[in-house]
Amino acid sequence: MLRIFIIGFGLLLHASALANHSGQHLYDQNCATCHGFNGSGGVGVPLSLPAFLDSVSDNYLVKTIRHGRPGRIMPAFKALQDEEVNAIVAHIRSWSDKPAPIYTDKSVQGDATKGKELFAAHCAICHGADGQGGPGTGVTMSRPRSLPILAPALNNSGFLASASDEMIKHTLMEGREGTPMVSFLNDGLSEQDINDLVAHVRSYEKQAGSSSMAPVEDEPSILVSESPYSVEETVDNLVNAVESMNFRLIRIQDLESGVVEEGKEDKGQVIIYSCNFSLLNEALKIDPRIGLFLPCRVTVFQHGDKVLIMAANPKKMSDVFNNRELESVCRDMKQVYLDMIDEALF
Amino acid sequence: MITRMYKLVLIALLLIPSFAQADDLIMRRIAVDFPETMTTLQASVIAQGYRVSRVQRVDIGLTSSGYDTAEYRLVFMARPDQMDLIETKHPDLIPFVPLKITIFAEGNETILVTLNPLKFNEFFPDEGLGDLFAQWEKDIVEIFDRVQSEQ
Repeated sequence: MLRIFIIGFGLLLHASALANHSGQHLYDQNCATCHGFNGSGGVGVPLSLPAFLDSVSDNYLVKTIRHGRPGRIMPAFKALQDEEVNAIVAHIRSWSDKPAPIYTDKSVQGDATKGKELFAAHCAICHGADGQGGPGTGVTMSRPRSLPILAPALNNSGFLASASDEMIKHTLMEGREGTPMVSFLNDGLSEQDINDLVAHVRSYEKQAGSSSMAPVEDEPSILVSESPYSVEETVDNLVNAVESMNFRLIRIQDLESGVVEEGKEDKGQVIIYSCNFSLLNEALKIDPRIGLFLPCRVTVFQHGDKVLIMAANPKKMSDVFNNRELESVCRDMKQVYLDMIDEALF
Repeated sequence: MITRMYKLVLIALLLIPSFAQADDLIMRRIAVDFPETMTTLQASVIAQGYRVSRVQRVDIGLTSSGYDTAEYRLVFMARPDQMDLIETKHPDLIPFVPLKITIFAEGNETILVTLNPLKFNEFFPDEGLGDLFAQWEKDIVEIFDRVQSEQ
């Protein structure tokens, strides 16, 4: 009797877990933040666009979820079970009343050298000279919200692992209505030209690692220096350093401000917040999720008989965004912090 | 014996839920406009036992500098006991506290983003703070869940 109860209880829990595997629930939890609840796009591309759904296979969607787009924000969802990925794809497909196209894995035969010339003439203006795609994310605070489409990175290892030759060819032949991607057949190219273009795009596979993020394992998590000055003097020096580097001083506050009762804050722990709004505006174009870095912050901390200046290392955190374009911003910000600290200690 | 083991394994497998991989960022889209979500978020932070130590109005700074932007704020949150622990025993974490949640508008909806505190295990592997980081992760997920459930 007990055995029956235990097995029955287990089955009930399993049924509950399966219920949570519904495509919409899984989509809402894993995809909607970037792609929107109804697939209209946002940080991510609009998945519900009819021309998109009409041209991509379910296999492409599955592989895209699995591989992601290294360095292009879309993460690889490796922990999802196969049935969960399939449920998400079925949910996405439910936005279209047409059946999913099916492509084989057969290679399209073309001349990659000719394709390279054609790519430079017809594709590079949107997809970049090396197929690296357009900059930034779909919707940022600086882009019109009616234009959430950015040219994808065709040289991205995740794209190349997901898109078959036949799918790429279909997209080139038909274009994607509602996006800047036109039909190159209608635009004057022959089918052979298009085959050559497909061969060129496929040749990006030989540039292994071109889309991966730079490793950050060796980066320190914090930037820290010991100050020879008192806490008050160090704070004053930092304020001067902030202003000399064209950052706007936002606020000087105790570390414990707002956390402990007012008047009981430890005065030996001070945060200096600053911002360069021009740099911030540019960074937000690249990725609107960069609040983790905001505002610029240096902490002065009395630790025993030492006065320390500390800052989180932006370069260490850069890989959490899976956004290769942010790498240079994070590298620059690390240098800004180092320069600020150096100047304060001079 | 084998039959018994088989049943135990079967039951164990049935009981294992589908754990999502720990993502580096915890993100949620809330189908409610920014002002209402902002209010709900702060209430949810407090309900979770944290204090909202400050709200940074990034959008105001951008606008005053001549840049167009949608609403964009940072909500800083901390618990006094945890702050004390970090200040006294783990000062390397000081640059990362109070914890912060980024909240910004996207049309009539709102996005919440924060660093998954489990990421601190990579940043500070020798601090022995795995339990604290796991607690922070659980708290943030519950804060976000509460905001989402009220949409």
